[in-house]
Amino acid sequence: MGAQMSTMTPAILALADGTVFKGTALGASGETTGEVVFNTALSGYQEILTDPSYRGQMVTMTYPHIGNYGINPEDNESKQPWLAGFIVKEACPYPSNWRSRQSLDEYLRQHGIVGIQGIDTRALTTHLRDHGSQQGLISHTDLDPARVIRKAREAPGIVGRDLVKEVTCAKTYQWTESSGVWAQPNGHARHPFKVVAFDFGIKYNILRRLVDEGYDVTIVPASTTAEEALALNPDGVFLSNGPGDPEAVPYAIAAVRALLGRKPLFGICLGHQIMGLALGLQTYKLKFGHHGANHPVMDLDTNKVEITSQNHNFAVRGGDSAAASHATPWTTPHGRVQLTHQSLNDDAVEGMRCLDLPAYSVQYHPEASPGPHDAGYLFERFTKLMAKGKA
Amino acid sequence: MPKRTDIKTILLIGSGPIVIGQACEFDYSGTQACKALREEGYRIVLINSNPATIMTDPELADRTYIEPITTDIIEQIIQREQPDALLPTMGGQTALNAAIALTEQGILKKYGVQLIGASYEAIRKAENREEFKLAMARIGLRTPASAVARSREDALRAMDEIGFPAIIRPSFTLGGTGGNIAYNREEFESFTEWGLSASPAGEILIERSIIGWKEFELEVMRDTKDNVVIVCSIENFDPMGIHTGDSITVAPAQTLTDREYQVMRDASLRIMREIGVDTGGSNIQFGVNPADGDLVVIEMNPRVSRSSALASKATGFPIAKIAAKLAVGYTLDEIPNDITRVTKASFEPSIDYVVVKIPRFAFEKFPQADPTLTTQMKSVGEVMAIGRTFKESLQKAIRSLEVDRYGFDPHPSLEEGDPEETVAQIRERIRRPDAERLWHVADGLRMGISVEELHGLTRIDPWFLNQLKDLLSVEDQLAREKHPLAPERLREAKALGFSDRRLGELLQVSEAEIRKQRLKAGVTPTFKRVDTCGAEFQALTPYLYSTYETECESRPQATRKVMILGGGPNRIGQGIEFDYCCVHAALALRDMGYETIMVNCNPETVSTDYDTSDRLYFEPLTEEDVLSIVETERRAGELLGVVVQFGGQTPLKLALPLEKAGVPILGTSPEAIDRAEDRERFKALLEKLDLTQPASGLARSVKEATAIATAITYPVMVRPSYVLGGRAMEIIYDEKSLQAYIGKAIKASAKHPILIDKYLEDAIEIDVDALSDGTQVVIGGIMEHIEEAGVHSGDSACSLPPYSLSPTLVEEIRRQAVALARELHVIGLMNIQFAIRDGIVYVLEVNPRASRTVPFVSKAIGVPLAKLAMQVMMGRTLAQIGFTTERTPAHVSVKEAVFPFNKFPGTDVLLGPEMRSTGEVMGIADDFGSAFLKSQAGAGSPLPMSGRVFLSVKDKDKMATVALVRRVLELGFTVEATRGTAGYLAQHGVVVNVVNKVMEGRPHIVDHIKNGEIHLVINTVGDKASQLDSASLRRAALVQNVPYQTTLAGARATLMAIEAGLKRKLTVKPLQEYYANP
Repeated sequence: MGAQMSTMTPAILALADGTVFKGTALGASGETTGEVVFNTALSGYQEILTDPSYRGQMVTMTYPHIGNYGINPEDNESKQPWLAGFIVKEACPYPSNWRSRQSLDEYLRQHGIVGIQGIDTRALTTHLRDHGSQQGLISHTDLDPARVIRKAREAPGIVGRDLVKEVTCAKTYQWTESSGVWAQPNGHARHPFKVVAFDFGIKYNILRRLVDEGYDVTIVPASTTAEEALALNPDGVFLSNGPGDPEAVPYAIAAVRALLGRKPLFGICLGHQIMGLALGLQTYKLKFGHHGANHPVMDLDTNKVEITSQNHNFAVRGGDSAAASHATPWTTPHGRVQLTHQSLNDDAVEGMRCLDLPAYSVQYHPEASPGPHDAGYLFERFTKLMAKGKA
Repeated sequence: MPKRTDIKTILLIGSGPIVIGQACEFDYSGTQACKALREEGYRIVLINSNPATIMTDPELADRTYIEPITTDIIEQIIQREQPDALLPTMGGQTALNAAIALTEQGILKKYGVQLIGASYEAIRKAENREEFKLAMARIGLRTPASAVARSREDALRAMDEIGFPAIIRPSFTLGGTGGNIAYNREEFESFTEWGLSASPAGEILIERSIIGWKEFELEVMRDTKDNVVIVCSIENFDPMGIHTGDSITVAPAQTLTDREYQVMRDASLRIMREIGVDTGGSNIQFGVNPADGDLVVIEMNPRVSRSSALASKATGFPIAKIAAKLAVGYTLDEIPNDITRVTKASFEPSIDYVVVKIPRFAFEKFPQADPTLTTQMKSVGEVMAIGRTFKESLQKAIRSLEVDRYGFDPHPSLEEGDPEETVAQIRERIRRPDAERLWHVADGLRMGISVEELHGLTRIDPWFLNQLKDLLSVEDQLAREKHPLAPERLREAKALGFSDRRLGELLQVSEAEIRKQRLKAGVTPTFKRVDTCGAEFQALTPYLYSTYETECESRPQATRKVMILGGGPNRIGQGIEFDYCCVHAALALRDMGYETIMVNCNPETVSTDYDTSDRLYFEPLTEEDVLSIVETERRAGELLGVVVQFGGQTPLKLALPLEKAGVPILGTSPEAIDRAEDRERFKALLEKLDLTQPASGLARSVKEATAIATAITYPVMVRPSYVLGGRAMEIIYDEKSLQAYIGKAIKASAKHPILIDKYLEDAIEIDVDALSDGTQVVIGGIMEHIEEAGVHSGDSACSLPPYSLSPTLVEEIRRQAVALARELHVIGLMNIQFAIRDGIVYVLEVNPRASRTVPFVSKAIGVPLAKLAMQVMMGRTLAQIGFTTERTPAHVSVKEAVFPFNKFPGTDVLLGPEMRSTGEVMGIADDFGSAFLKSQAGAGSPLPMSGRVFLSVKDKDKMATVALVRRVLELGFTVEATRGTAGYLAQHGVVVNVVNKVMEGRPHIVDHIKNGEIHLVINTVGDKASQLDSASLRRAALVQNVPYQTTLAGARATLMAIEAGLKRKLTVKPLQEYYANP
């Protein structure tokens, strides 16, 4: 930096509330809008870039040096980066890692992702924390603050918007790749259950972890109906992560509602929210969401804490009168629903299970990638549920 | 799980004296543990032999034993205090080793004391190299190929298997003592011998070298519910092969992908579970092959460590405090995060800045030592810096070091000579890692050596090298630009961490000029908070660092505030004692209701704990950085002043510039400090008071020097005028040596004159600490040194009260001390060094500030002098604070110095005017002999009560030796002496055995020492030649841990101690009892 800085292209980031940050261009040149969120993970930017759940969002990395270890062919969570923009303090032009193939900047350019660097990302994060996530705009081409603020205000938000249809697969396909050399030793047997996975924006590592368990995995588009899924005769149905507002995908909610009780269900992230809505619970938008790899979650069954990878803007809650607890389940049209996991930071609902049906879900990411593997046991739990269903 | 109620009293073991590998980080951890456990209502019994610690302040524990950390002493304490539990994880390797010994000798079982924090099995598994290796294999983790050896034969067998280069690691040692890298058989044999003797278990691990691999560390915490969190990851700038304590380290890890990091995290969890650390913190080290990511486990420390201190300061997560709470049964989810206050300790800190640690070395003190950095730690201190980017942090860390570098100053040789030759020299310097490597690498880049080649030479990751390359290319550009820089350009440079000073050098203007322009352009730092969470939650604790960003979070308060400047990195001559004083200043100010602001850059210390002061600025102690803080704090409230008299030389150097900038200096005025430090002004001051000083002169040439020395008569003490702290100081006995000294070592010139003082041979040296409010003066303590004047006061043992002075002399010393304090208008603490010879009192030195002995004196007399001094500096009188009479305790306190000689093969152990000790211990008893005996045990060389004494003294001492030997024989020892000494003794009717000197044929004295046949060595030597002749026997005594004395005064004290020891068994008593019955 410094040497290059004076010769770099200026860029600007504007927030809908009128806050402006001046920096320099990163990635593809142009202009982009999206909801600005921050992620506190120290590593894992490649996974974050390729996580379809960030569709419609511009991600600020709170750690200042991003791109240190470059981009490699293995650590992708989908076939391409999906996010609307990328915001960092300093992007590393000379990555160093034995697996690195290209620099962050090269990668962003290759995939047409507009980014910005050289800004006070801590000031931005503090602002988002205090004033909430909001629409923003990055521009390399228009540096007039008043204009970019106006454009940021005009940008569409993520509430009520179906972002899933932008990231889901076009047609049904099979997945066979496991974690391979990166697999964690788990010692338990593999079970060749047939699993149908709804792709709301599914991360590769979820698929790898399902294959690690021994499952035969078929991925279906988000718009798949319950009947279509059942026609595949699965032992269990998996509901994936994905971007945006769960209320914006009524078709998925309907499908899940129809599957409840008919097949063992396991949901992650958006899948968990969709399951919540299908059960008759509610969802709401968090002020600035949970995005990071250090979130403590209490497993209410064991009272043990797991450090989890999280990426959600919305959360599940009960009806107006129903407070969540492990001891007193919610009563829903589909029977009792027990709170199983809770955020230690803000008490948000992080996991639940149906007591009268074979279904459970978590808000966070047991597949990690990026993040800790503490919650990996949740995949094994799916095996048990399906085994019970078969017995 | 709530805390345990089945235990009431907890015994905590400290780490003893500061040594290389074990420094004030264990005062930080012990202090946090004491506070955390007392907060929970436990009764705390503490043992630590090191008085210069906050943890041994009598308020911190219920029972504070400043006693030697030995099993029999601990057993006595256990017997007296009946603790239910022992927490051994806060006192470094010392405490762990003590816990192992107490368990193995059945003492814990006998008294029903249970280990908490780490079980015996866990400690064994982690510390025993062989068991650790097996444990790792069980959980599917790899360790470098290795073999354990307990003998030379084992080692040679292993050598054939492992090959070269091979790493030799002794078991159960700290800081890798005795560790080394052998590249050939000859080195291998000598290193294994050293390693076997360095290991208390006589065991070494011979390991396949993975020199050049990347090195990482993880700080891990686990609780009884098996919740595990990683507090911090650390990446070493220097690769495997350089001890992590000697490596530049960076947090968080920079070059690991998340997948690779998670593999390491998973491994750490498995290791914690397998080793069985179930309540507390550990440090785990990994090596990674940069070519393919291959991962091996190097080692783990099942306790709080130097790295955990660093990780705590780097993240704001107080590892020691949390570890203490876990040890008594709490779980991570039950402990609040102090910084956010809304979240819990069961999370993994996220940081949004970069932390760089750079070690500080002291090779200049050990010219015979090999300065190559290897697997054994050699640094004596460290600094940490925080910045938003690596470049900024690195440059801040460089100027924090106080090695007179403010950036990447080029090596002087770059200016001159043939560039090709220069490049060749640089390559040579880079190849062998030493304390200067960072600058050598920078020079290499400057001279056009490529990153690839530098990586090949150093194995430093290209990521770091490229960062350096960027900085140097900016330097290059700046050197071609003209002052003043455009404001934006200046801001860019500041954001990269460039100091005003370095910018001045590059732009060829003064630092002051850069500063002027910078302020004019409005380019000032912002302050950000260390908050554990990357700004996700609001930080309520003002733990701040500077950076050049857009938003400032300092939020200065509208209060009456005082700023304390800390002591910076530990070094020989300025260590934990000064941190102790700074902490006391903060506590006193807080009690008085002022807002306290601490500035320091040493991560090992209690002063840099976020709860020691109201506000903590983790910043370099330079004029620029301190002034920025002053300006920021002045934006609200009233900054009453800055405290510079507690942190040693570091803040003192800033007194004048700060005063010039209009910052009030609290206490004694910088003017008075100058009057005491300026040679000519000090001379005038003494003349005015009619006090005596040894004759002296200032020489600008060899001719002048010889003339002065002849006039004041030999022996003389000589030193260059431009160095501090006894550097290059020597005692010279004749003209020939004087000429050699000036010719060889030092160039005398008009610019750099040489100071020549009359050396008072065999004089008694006295240290006095006094407290003054400007009117009244009260003596804190008068300490009589054991070793004669000429041995640096920091290296001498001393006794409080004096053990051989007449009351008249003591009164005279008192009178002179008071006169000096009054004349200098001292407000606060002052230290005076006197020498007494033939009944005449000479003033050697006056320091109107807190001295190294303040904690020792405070502990000896039971009065917190530094706290009182702080009150006085805020305008209270001694009468108001109730300290008007000198305390003379009935007990005797002895301080003994501790040296790092065992880390530096080839170094002579003789004491001299240059300070070389790293730490100190204290022995307290009712009589001098017992107190001295305790001090020796505390220093790690317990005195023998029977056996054989070896004696060889210089001619001048022979007469005095006769009586000494008579006493040795009366005490039941047998005596061996060299031919000359034995002959002299025989003439005076004392018959002793004769033993060969080394050059007289075998078996000689070194053989006897190596065979364990000698139990005490008394060896005094005169000139350089005889020093060289006898160095090997002193070295042998050191290696075999045979107690030795190199002065007759020390020998006499030793005999008094042995006599006391033969008369009665040593007993223990806590400070609280000493103070209750003075």
